[in-house]
Amino acid sequence: MTKIHVSATVNGDPVEYLADPRESLLDCLRDHLGLTGSKEGCGTGDCGACSVQLDGVLVCSCLVLGAEAQGKKIETVEGLSRGETLHPLQRKFIEHAALQCGFCTPGILVAAKALLEQNPDPNESEIRFWLAGNLCRCTGYDKIIRAVQDAAAEMRGAA
Amino acid sequence: MVEVNLWSGLRRLTDGAQVVSVEGTTLREVLRNLAVTHPALEPTLKSGVSVSLNGVIETNLSTPISAGDEVYLIHRVKGG
Amino acid sequence: MAKDELKTGYRLIGTRPDRPDGLDKVTGRARYGADITAPGMLHAAVVRSPHAHARIIKIDASKALALPGVKAVITRADFPTGLTGEDWNLQENTMAGDVALYDGHAVAAVAATTKLLAQDAALLIEVEYEILPHVTDVDAAMAPGAPAIRPGSADPSVPEGMHPNVIRYIDFGHGDLAAGFAAADLVREATYKTEATHQGYIEPHACLGQMGADGRGEMWVCTQGQWYIRRMSAAVLGIEAANLRVTPSEIGGGFGGKTTIFMEPLSLALSKKAGGRPVKLVMSRSEVFRATGPTASTSMDVKIGMKKDGTITAGQVYFRMQGGAFPGMSPISEALQCAFACYDVPALKHEAVEVLANRPKAAAYRAPGSPMAAFAVESMVDELCRELGLDPIATRLKNAARNGSKSSFGPSYNQIGLVESLEAARAHPNYAAPLGPNQGRGVASGFWMNHGGETSVSLAIGEDGTVGVMVGTPDVGGSRASLALMTAETLGIPYENVRVNIVETGALGVNEPTHGSRATFASGKAAVEAARQAIGEMCRRAAAEWGIDADAVEWKDGAAHPAGPNAGKFPPLTIAEIGASMGSTGGPISGHHESVPGGVGASFGAHVVDVEVDPETGRTTVLRYLVVQDAGRAIHPAYVEGQYQGGAVQGIGWALNEEYVYGTDGRLQNSIFLDYRVPVASDLPMIDTVIVEVPNPGHPYGVRGVGETGITPPLPAMASAIAAATGARLRSLPMSPPKVLAAIRAKGRG
Repeated sequence: MTKIHVSATVNGDPVEYLADPRESLLDCLRDHLGLTGSKEGCGTGDCGACSVQLDGVLVCSCLVLGAEAQGKKIETVEGLSRGETLHPLQRKFIEHAALQCGFCTPGILVAAKALLEQNPDPNESEIRFWLAGNLCRCTGYDKIIRAVQDAAAEMRGAA
Repeated sequence: MVEVNLWSGLRRLTDGAQVVSVEGTTLREVLRNLAVTHPALEPTLKSGVSVSLNGVIETNLSTPISAGDEVYLIHRVKGG
Repeated sequence: MAKDELKTGYRLIGTRPDRPDGLDKVTGRARYGADITAPGMLHAAVVRSPHAHARIIKIDASKALALPGVKAVITRADFPTGLTGEDWNLQENTMAGDVALYDGHAVAAVAATTKLLAQDAALLIEVEYEILPHVTDVDAAMAPGAPAIRPGSADPSVPEGMHPNVIRYIDFGHGDLAAGFAAADLVREATYKTEATHQGYIEPHACLGQMGADGRGEMWVCTQGQWYIRRMSAAVLGIEAANLRVTPSEIGGGFGGKTTIFMEPLSLALSKKAGGRPVKLVMSRSEVFRATGPTASTSMDVKIGMKKDGTITAGQVYFRMQGGAFPGMSPISEALQCAFACYDVPALKHEAVEVLANRPKAAAYRAPGSPMAAFAVESMVDELCRELGLDPIATRLKNAARNGSKSSFGPSYNQIGLVESLEAARAHPNYAAPLGPNQGRGVASGFWMNHGGETSVSLAIGEDGTVGVMVGTPDVGGSRASLALMTAETLGIPYENVRVNIVETGALGVNEPTHGSRATFASGKAAVEAARQAIGEMCRRAAAEWGIDADAVEWKDGAAHPAGPNAGKFPPLTIAEIGASMGSTGGPISGHHESVPGGVGASFGAHVVDVEVDPETGRTTVLRYLVVQDAGRAIHPAYVEGQYQGGAVQGIGWALNEEYVYGTDGRLQNSIFLDYRVPVASDLPMIDTVIVEVPNPGHPYGVRGVGETGITPPLPAMASAIAAATGARLRSLPMSPPKVLAAIRAKGRG
């Protein structure tokens, strides 16, 4: 099948790849661009391990075709930190032991960042419903919620 | 002699005895002698049992055993 | 040993430092099963039976092989013959032989140059089936007239006259059952059922395998146990274990489900047939549900007698458990040993049968067998408490297993923490929180025996005095942190100066997987012993330097010191100084320990849950949840809490929503996460935890495994809370809204 040439921006860097029309954006990130931080847990948009931002909108990259990303701005877990400086969410996840196996962590971090961009002071319930599309099987979510709350507080204080 | 406690299902193979006395100074000797004195138990012992020695599962067959130790055979279990 | 006889006031143990793999995991750098590639790599896809039970008449791969880029197709004909016992079962499950035994059973596999091409080629492989009658329910599978799945596979333990699908029978007990029941003021019996659930790890199985025509190969794989993968793959493929080198990736959850092989040998067999090119094989989520190892489903009879004061006088259980179409996978021994483990009862009888059905080969899942047993027994204890108007914690304390009491399965208990856990649960504010309308509280206790297992650990002192530890138990929940803490504590050096590496099969003696809650216990015990060995050698090096006897040297605070004034006056030699000079003092310094550690401490816990049930919809909301469990000693308390919280939430999912749904055609109806509903963040409150510490005398720091018990109490605790809220007792899981609503309405009519 003829492949489609795609130009996009990933974490601020210009990228180009050839996408099979059937390939998801997740496949293209992982297999063509070597960005394996985004994970495939289900391939059906149910687990959120592949969460990325596409022009600022939180999406499951397994539900977006690679070809759809033409001209768009993609942000993945690999773009969260700035050089050696971790994003507050990343630091707080480590500090609060908010990960065990860590497989869902990239998607949850990206989703939580998207939440805090539009709601810098979410309550527990808002965090829980925002993250309801990101499955974690290890932690029972408790420490994840606390880490997001703590990161949000720090980011509000720093702003 | 060491007293070996069997699980009750094994009584079918030991003429009704649930506690049997066996010679032996190590776990290995006790299990070997058990199969000799009660040959009907041999298939069960071969297929694998866990041994509890004084309340703790013991896997080292060379572990010394003396009279007065609490020895139980229990069904082998697996972990998750 | 009493708690205060063990050393306290540790420098590092009990602290909460950052986990060493944290940075890799929050930046997306950590490499899991599907995250690596190799030069010349091919991709594989598997053809799976769409039928629950079918004879395979013909497999025609000619159209697939005609596609440019398709490099190899394998069927069972490509595997060696003559295997027996569990090796044969593993091979049979890896690839069906004459008969496909369940929906999803692998029938053929293909390797091609791209993932999409492999998937296209798999669709072109034509399989002709003769559909056979099937059965998927445990009670139906042992009823007269049920199709016999593997006639002749029953072992001699099965009483005469049972259906050929019943393949194993066990029983044990003690005391005078009739007298026990006669002494009770109230005797109740009922049947409880649980459906199969899945571990639901978010990372699907993935591997990258390579094997040449000489039978030498290597594999990168997400697994709880690289040596198990090696032994099982070698057996299935008829190669020598030593010729297969297995490297564990980071693991995206396992919970018991990644302790065995499912599709891993296929990548090796395909690689060999494709001339030794590496083959990557990654399961889809649907394949994970259909063709890996869910739990057994169960049907359980329970009878318990109780006096008016709450004394349990006798108990009897008969469990029927199906673990798929393969023997040995129903955890009947485990379930029976856990059933009454929390109680000291004068008369007990346990019986169970293992049953075959046309379902995938069950695997371990967190305390295998214990959650189901607890659902039956703990629910019934609660029913009796309610009928007699007794407090559920006081009743459990009255009958509790204690230090030295005979366990329900025979041996005496050592130091255990059930009473302490129940008392802490009773003292917690959650147990006194006021409840509103349609709200109810449930209590249950739980048990897991824990496990030691084959363990081999090496440790090496670096030239700068920092330390590398090689362990064989993959890190599923922070064990690199707990192992580094114990090693650093023993050596008297900073936590940051210890790096724990999970190594491949060529680097250590055989290790059992991370299962049975053993990683921090067993690898920890071995790491401490290895560190002590290295300390002994470092003391000898210092003694030689000082020209004194090695016995006159003691190790403290990360340095060798003269032991007392008579040993001589020498400034301490630090681990860094000893490391820097080791080339001229006798060579490298390391420690090594291997054993099957005894002294495993049994694990007990108690949970308290409050729920609210919507009488209009039957939906259950968890209002508050408390986990209390004995950790022996919490090395890294944050990750102990994580085990408690994660286990409890898996149990809540099992109680409320999770189940395998089979259609009348024998096909799995809910093989994606949309339909197999695991708990999501918005389903839950915070999960409160209390870590009880009754140190295990069998571990140098008092550790007992903490991974498994937490999944056990939620099933009965949730059922009891729903009963308290609605007056309706559900004896069948999951307690999904339609079932709860139907139970509420049936009660209204009754």
